[in-house]
Amino acid sequence: MTQLLFFNVFNGLIVGAFYALMALGLSLILNLSGVINFAHGGFLAIGGYLAYSLIPYIGFWGALVLAPVLTAFIGILVERVLIRRLYGRDPLYSLLLTFGLAFIIEDGTRFIWGAQSLPFQVPSWLVTPLSDDYFFLTGYRLFMVLVVGIAVAGLFFILNRTRLGIRIRAGTLDLETVSVLGVNVRLLRNMNFGLGIYLAGLAGVLAVGQLGLQPTIGASLIMPSFVAIIVGGLGSLPGTLLGGMLIGVASGITTVFFPSATEAVIYVMMAAVLLVRPRGLLGEEGRF
Amino acid sequence: MQPADFTKQAPNIVVWALLLTMPFWLSHVGGYTELGSQVVVLGLAALGLNFLLGYTGVLSFGHAAYFGLGAYGAGMTLRYLLPSTGMGIIIGTLIGTIAGAIIGPLIIRLRGVYFAMVTIAFGQVFYFIAFRWSSVTGGDDGLTGWTRLPLHLGFTTIDIQNNPVAFYYFVLVMFAIAVGIMAWLLRSPFGRTLIAIRENERRSRFLGIPIDQHIWISWVISCAVVSLAGALFALLNNFVDPRALYWTQSGDFVIMAVLGGMRSFWGPLIGAAIYVVLRDYLSSMTENWESFIGLFFVLVVLFFPRGVLGIITRKVKS
Repeated sequence: MTQLLFFNVFNGLIVGAFYALMALGLSLILNLSGVINFAHGGFLAIGGYLAYSLIPYIGFWGALVLAPVLTAFIGILVERVLIRRLYGRDPLYSLLLTFGLAFIIEDGTRFIWGAQSLPFQVPSWLVTPLSDDYFFLTGYRLFMVLVVGIAVAGLFFILNRTRLGIRIRAGTLDLETVSVLGVNVRLLRNMNFGLGIYLAGLAGVLAVGQLGLQPTIGASLIMPSFVAIIVGGLGSLPGTLLGGMLIGVASGITTVFFPSATEAVIYVMMAAVLLVRPRGLLGEEGRF
Repeated sequence: MQPADFTKQAPNIVVWALLLTMPFWLSHVGGYTELGSQVVVLGLAALGLNFLLGYTGVLSFGHAAYFGLGAYGAGMTLRYLLPSTGMGIIIGTLIGTIAGAIIGPLIIRLRGVYFAMVTIAFGQVFYFIAFRWSSVTGGDDGLTGWTRLPLHLGFTTIDIQNNPVAFYYFVLVMFAIAVGIMAWLLRSPFGRTLIAIRENERRSRFLGIPIDQHIWISWVISCAVVSLAGALFALLNNFVDPRALYWTQSGDFVIMAVLGGMRSFWGPLIGAAIYVVLRDYLSSMTENWESFIGLFFVLVVLFFPRGVLGIITRKVKS
């Protein structure tokens, strides 16, 4: 029992790390541009599929580095051509646009790579369990947690220590002033979008090693990411991180005691948070 | 009738004339009666959503939940409870409405994108319940083993079960009732207050209007209409599956409203007609119809943000 619980809590942490990685990207875009990117799951899938196609040529490690970057470039392109036109308009329109994009990407990946689940090879030395008792502690899982940790640390480093990050944070608070101070806001939003999509692509490469590769992988991960943002608090990136981990662990624990509620439990958590603290756990008051 | 009255009434006359005669001309333009019923049912859902979206200015992206609850309510009533189409509709609508009324207080204080996000996320609870509780709901395969039944009115029996035209007119009667109530509400002081909230929430608040309460009522009315549409949708197909509850369905309703024109009363119905016919056509033409639907979303947002009726009224005015 303890082992089962431990297994599921650990599993929940991994899943939560994915949610958090995805939700952080969503949050970045939402905070600076006011766009809920429904297509985020689609970009995650693109990351995974690109990695799949790249592995035969440059191996797993090369793909881990290159696939998210390529995904980010696609994201930057999409922002330039489509999403940019909708800034400043009713958020309804960007919602619908990214919604349509999600359809196109899902169907497009199905068209290119096929509807069936594809095998995804991770290096064999990562797959073997580290311990007989704790069979689920494979190297790959620890590795995923490590990569997510590095990515999150890198993100907060960028946001706190680099010029780009400081501008992003300033723009989140008051875009007009940032613009008046001479920052190219269009470029800033563009880069910020790319950064968010990079995180989605990275989550994609990691997730397919764990969850398998199929066109619907993005659609199944996007809703929990929304919940992570809401639970953690809109406008707060540490909150989003916390929210993702919390809902991951909560659904892990629920798997042990009441498996059929595994998915539903996170929405119950969201309802509870909204009831007690509508702005979310670490959300700022009065922002939304 | 004064000419000014006539131009005001003209759209209503045209819409009702088309709806009332639809079974007679639809087959001549390549349609079929069930497609007409689908347009009316989904149009009702889009009109219900637009009560909130277009007239109260609240961005709900999760109405599929109440649509699906209405559908499951109707289907499960007929499957498990009692063989009455009327009761199916009543219970289905009640379930959706009550769920909306309970969730309402959690969300009415949120605005804009935040409201949209929370409504989408809440919708997923019902999806997972329908998906997981397969012993009762049929799970992923959907709820089967029931059909709509003829209507017994005491003095006569209307066979809406086997006669699609009779069912169409039955749906149209339900549609007329719901739409009539909404139109009446929108013309009342309450409806005008909703529009005031849409136009300037802060000013309305300073005028002493209880905003949250108004939004809650508008939300519940909207949920009620959408769950009625859901119940009718289940009866139309004699089948419900969890996709009726999925978040993509919510997006369909929003695109219908936007496509037709959110600021005009009949806009969402026209959007629903275009969308249903287009989807029917695309899914029969190509396997990749989802891409085309997605592309359609993108094109509507970029080139028709005011919707069909929005463009027409603009042209007429200028």
